[in-house]
Amino acid sequence: MADPMKIRANLVGDSTEVKVLMAHEMETGQRKDAQGKTIPAWHITNVTATHNGKTVLSAQWGPAVAKNPFLSFKFKGGAKGEKVQVSWIDNRGDKRTDEATIA
Amino acid sequence: MKQRSRNRLRRPALVAALATLVAAPFALGQTSTEEGIAKYREALQGGNPAELWEARGEDLWKAPAGPSKVSLEKCDLGLGPGVVKGAYAHLPRYFADADRVMDLESRLVWCRVKLQGMSEADAKKNPFGNGSEHKSDLEALVAYVTSESRGVKMNVPLSHPKEREMYAVGEKMFYYRGGTHDFACATCHGEDGKRIRLQDLPNLTTIEGAQKAYTTWPAYRVSQGEVRTFQWRLNDCFRQQRFPELVYGSDASIALTMYLARNANGAPYDGPAIKR
Repeated sequence: MADPMKIRANLVGDSTEVKVLMAHEMETGQRKDAQGKTIPAWHITNVTATHNGKTVLSAQWGPAVAKNPFLSFKFKGGAKGEKVQVSWIDNRGDKRTDEATIA
Repeated sequence: MKQRSRNRLRRPALVAALATLVAAPFALGQTSTEEGIAKYREALQGGNPAELWEARGEDLWKAPAGPSKVSLEKCDLGLGPGVVKGAYAHLPRYFADADRVMDLESRLVWCRVKLQGMSEADAKKNPFGNGSEHKSDLEALVAYVTSESRGVKMNVPLSHPKEREMYAVGEKMFYYRGGTHDFACATCHGEDGKRIRLQDLPNLTTIEGAQKAYTTWPAYRVSQGEVRTFQWRLNDCFRQQRFPELVYGSDASIALTMYLARNANGAPYDGPAIKR
């Protein structure tokens, strides 16, 4: 199973700034191993972030995103103590959801 | 020697002018690269993937493991059993229970053997990870322990005779020339402004150089997608010097670590950092 994400959510003025670190190989499918065999693509395809059940970010990712990705975004609203939930799903169907409390 | 350098100064001005012409674009290129790397580091601040290793290391530290099914929470890193906060800033040091000077990695191996009942080989297994299929528990543990010393001033002791001996051996190794390339650590790290390709090399013979370098290891290496420990750094320096492989946790590796860590005394520890 995938390792947990590291999520920070901070209230800055009237918006919430969210910073997420994800543990993922993000293999492009372009590389070859020592035997010359292509290493199959393995990367996150979809990322969603929700706040109070409402989607505040929805992204489609491809092989151009780096290994162990770092994502930072802001959304209007949010209050201290409320939760932000982030989920990803990769092209093998593996998924992970974690949440953080807005500080 | 003095006579020769004076002669050089008397060379015709034309040579000097040519040298400036060549040096100028080179210097320009170097600053913009440095700036670029600095910008990149800034963008990644607060987003250092080393935190993922720190989190995994904390779980490993607290989870019962090995044949004895106990956690590492009773492991004495020098400040008493279970004290992690600030411990790394005092390492390497002499441990009476092992009658040996140990760095963090060799101490972790020791605790895994003595507390968790692992064999030495199991405790040392996979010291340098490679992707999610070959994760290194040691790298994660090191990331966690070192992160608990962030901001703590380096304070490596030289009070025990064995600590002084280790330091002296480390210093000797640092200047020892050998291998197929007749290299010493000091060949690359003994002068300001040296580089390997575009990477600036720290001058480890100065206090500032040693402080800046030592306090930013371990680090997440973006080019490798892994957190690398100080044992890895030394191991790879030995490879680049074409020296025999540095054995993980060996006295030789601890001696060099001791020399560099002690020279970094006084600077606040600032790792795990992020490097190219």
